[in-house]
Amino acid sequence: METWEMNDFGELPLLQGELAALADVRAPASVIPAVMAGVGLGDGYFAAPSPIGRIFVAYNDKGVSAVSPVGDRSRFETEFQTRTGRRAYPVEVPAGSLARAVEARLGGRRVKMLFDLRGLSDFEQAVLRKALEIPRGEVRPYAWIAAEIGHPRAVRAAGTALAHNPVPLLIPCHRVVRSDGRTGNYALGAEAKRAILQAEGARPDELDRLAAAGLRYYGSNTTRIFCYPTCGHAQRISAGRRVAFKSGAEAAAAGYRACRVCRPAEAVA
Amino acid sequence: MIIAEQPQDEMACRLGADLEGSFEGMMAVYQDRLFAFALRLSGNPQDAEEIVQDAFVRSYRALSGYPAERIAGLALRPWLYKITLNVFRNRARRKIPPVDSLDAWAEDGIRPEPSAPEGDRPDAEAARAEQRRELGAYVAALPGRYRAAVVLRHVAGLPYAEIAAVLGQAEGTAKSNVHRGIQQLRRSMPAQDSIER
Repeated sequence: METWEMNDFGELPLLQGELAALADVRAPASVIPAVMAGVGLGDGYFAAPSPIGRIFVAYNDKGVSAVSPVGDRSRFETEFQTRTGRRAYPVEVPAGSLARAVEARLGGRRVKMLFDLRGLSDFEQAVLRKALEIPRGEVRPYAWIAAEIGHPRAVRAAGTALAHNPVPLLIPCHRVVRSDGRTGNYALGAEAKRAILQAEGARPDELDRLAAAGLRYYGSNTTRIFCYPTCGHAQRISAGRRVAFKSGAEAAAAGYRACRVCRPAEAVA
Repeated sequence: MIIAEQPQDEMACRLGADLEGSFEGMMAVYQDRLFAFALRLSGNPQDAEEIVQDAFVRSYRALSGYPAERIAGLALRPWLYKITLNVFRNRARRKIPPVDSLDAWAEDGIRPEPSAPEGDRPDAEAARAEQRRELGAYVAALPGRYRAAVVLRHVAGLPYAEIAAVLGQAEGTAKSNVHRGIQQLRRSMPAQDSIER
């Protein structure tokens, strides 16, 4: 005890060792991911519920960068890095209000959401941004997207761009259907597409029934305007006043003009 | 910041050459010791995790505003400890006694009752872990000016020159704070034999 002046520990060398042992701890594995995502050196990602089960949502300071059904984490991270050149880090709680915004958007509310579409061509980005304009509960054919972005002949390319949508569900590529009206394929599976459309109120069975009958448009014999069948205006036509057309040309020949809201592609082109 | 330049710091050189590419590696090198530092300051693992995260985020933001030569010339270790200490102090000022921390202490049990039945001796490893928790609680209960000094010297093992830089004190002051902190630590521990054995 009296050796204090010379040595803090005096007769207690054990205390020194015990204090040094307090350094023997490991930082939680969540530290580095949270920092990397927090400073924008990588993207953070988290799991969120969706109409087709849980999804991973990746994001950075530019916006949402990926959506993928929840699966093996390392596989998701590898695919993400291959596509973007950036690493994805799992985070418990995403920055800001993103988790709430994702939930709101998937629930059908129109909340502002930014997307990080770097790495996609201008054409691909234009296709995806156009798909964002399709209201919930409605669908538009690939030809509509192509015509609307000023490339009416690039229908197949528009389909390819939608098939490679890095943020499915949040950019609703599932609302784009075949030009004959059938719901068609989807990156996450044709059945998933129908399930999402059903959840959104677009009634895929009816879409397929119309397509099978070769019918693509509904018109109102009062207004003499024709629309895509899921257009809000077409939905409001009472059954007694509703007429169906196989093509825009048939509608035009009957004296109908195209709806200015849903803008049938045949009229645009 | 009055920290002597140490151009030999290899990690600082790497950060200077490629901040974005080296930052994760730097964190991997420093996260355990900064976590230990924050844990012994705060006495609470949840707080310590947030402190270290915040300190890394701040250090990245600071570094990305520095020219490459300045980063490369940085004495990284004391610089990081100093940021961590500042984050801890800012939080401590903001929040009055952290409830989590008190819970954690209660759980750890500063003077735990022997829970194992007679004759059923806990193994040596568990006993040592218990001892560490106990000592950690005493350290976290030291007054702030001693706590940081003691932890930097005897847990982190920093030389006095660096401790002085981290604390922004003269070396003599830092030494005296370490010394007094140890004195106080000994006085505060009622059952020294639990440490001495």
